[in-house]
Amino acid sequence: MTIRPEALPTQEMTINMGPQHPSTHGVLRVILTTDGEVVTRAVPDVGYLHRALEKIGERVSYAQFMPFTDRLDYLASMNCNCAWAWTVEKLAKIEVPERAEYLRVIVCELNRISSHLIAFGSFTADMGAFTPFLYAIREREKVNDLFEMLCGNRLTYNYARIGGVSADAPPGFLEKTREFLDYFEPKIDEYNELISYNKIFVNRLANVAVVSAADAVAYGLTGPNLRGSGVAFDLRKDEPYSVYPKLDFKVCVGTGERGTLGDCFDRYMVRINEMRESVKILRQALERIPDGPVLAKVPRVFKPPVGEVYFRAENPRGETGIYLVSDGTVNPYRLKIRTGSFVTMNLFETVTKGLMIADIVAVIGSFDIILPEIDR
Amino acid sequence: MKEPGNPVEAQSIFEILKGKFGDAAVDLQAEGFSPAFVVVAPASVKEIARFLRDDPALSFDSLMCLSGVDYKDRFAVAYHLYSMANRHAIGMKAFLPREAPSLPTVDDVWPAANFQEREAFDLFGIVFEGSKDLRRILLPEDWEGHPLRKEYKYPEFYHGIKV
Repeated sequence: MTIRPEALPTQEMTINMGPQHPSTHGVLRVILTTDGEVVTRAVPDVGYLHRALEKIGERVSYAQFMPFTDRLDYLASMNCNCAWAWTVEKLAKIEVPERAEYLRVIVCELNRISSHLIAFGSFTADMGAFTPFLYAIREREKVNDLFEMLCGNRLTYNYARIGGVSADAPPGFLEKTREFLDYFEPKIDEYNELISYNKIFVNRLANVAVVSAADAVAYGLTGPNLRGSGVAFDLRKDEPYSVYPKLDFKVCVGTGERGTLGDCFDRYMVRINEMRESVKILRQALERIPDGPVLAKVPRVFKPPVGEVYFRAENPRGETGIYLVSDGTVNPYRLKIRTGSFVTMNLFETVTKGLMIADIVAVIGSFDIILPEIDR
Repeated sequence: MKEPGNPVEAQSIFEILKGKFGDAAVDLQAEGFSPAFVVVAPASVKEIARFLRDDPALSFDSLMCLSGVDYKDRFAVAYHLYSMANRHAIGMKAFLPREAPSLPTVDDVWPAANFQEREAFDLFGIVFEGSKDLRRILLPEDWEGHPLRKEYKYPEFYHGIKV
């Protein structure tokens, strides 16, 4: 029997991926239209984790909003804490003691390491290699231990304060951090030996979902996703804040070493290399941290001047920008949080066109999105 | 990427816009604002946006943040722009009437705008004319009202369930 192709009508199929899907890193729903195994359209549907943080921000005082920033990106709470503190300090022109700024940089970089570890671990797990995930969790536990020692919490820290930090480092904390760095730095080589240059892993990522430098800028990508496309832009260097200008580190960019510049592998490799740079920053910060107070004098009933500021910080998932409108009362008048993941999702539909379904998983992992930051 | 060029001050940017677009460049908000805002007429948002992006001295190639604001007597859309080439930043703001606020989209100037315009539409009810895709983004499609408006009343029920 012969089958004539025209007698077998084919049609596109619509598949629902998520919101409960292990590789969408939370509650992301993607509506896939597929032609066989090839995705012709992937429309992201977000908002399942919307907690109205911006509306809450208008109802609470400036200091009370601090614990809510923990929930903004729960894998990088320290960075979000500090971003909020820096924004309010920029608005009210508060001078922060230097020791507090150093402590902030230390916790931010430690949190960047632990966040990149999750990005690395969950990404490799998505790609079918489960062991590296366990390695990443093993190291992340040590960072959590350090944070627990510092502020009592392991996930939502609520550590920064407007004008400084909530508590000075307890005795032994800085030494323990140094010990962690000595332990952790060789592990990065271990990850590279274990998985980074594994042939299957590389083949899954190289040349997949290439984002050109021009597209990356036009679509507002930031952080490791932008640098993965070869754009050497890092807010810690290019719009410096806190004590970052005093610290020496390199901006890691994608090089197209295994495929095309701006592919999934480049974005992955930027994160691996950034962990090394964070270690470098931490070593310098531990060396230079001065003695002194850790909290500036801020009135108990804090009323900042009338004004509008936009502050952006280099967080693990890109730029966290806070646009803050103050009317001079105890509550923020309007507060808008622009997050790296949210803006990245805008590019998702464009970049996934024509990929295989399995590649969608690679794209989500390589952008390292996190849903609480998208939905806020 | 070319080497960073020369940053341009907000005052000069406002004067350039004033010379080019006349009354469409309404005002400069500088004191207490960081970065400063050039206030523009909502109808001219797209032309001014395109000029800010394409003019080589300005070249604002990146839209950092797009936000809706409810100033009680009127709405505003605030654009935070940055130039990767020249390493300078500026704000652009368009004030809209409370009744039927709408202005042209900028998603063909900066593709990054789309999701943030959808967010402003969702939470403020600001309509971006000519947008390629203007749907609610964070709230369910059948949600009533726009929660970030100051006069918003929290609903008592959602689909018959007490909230």
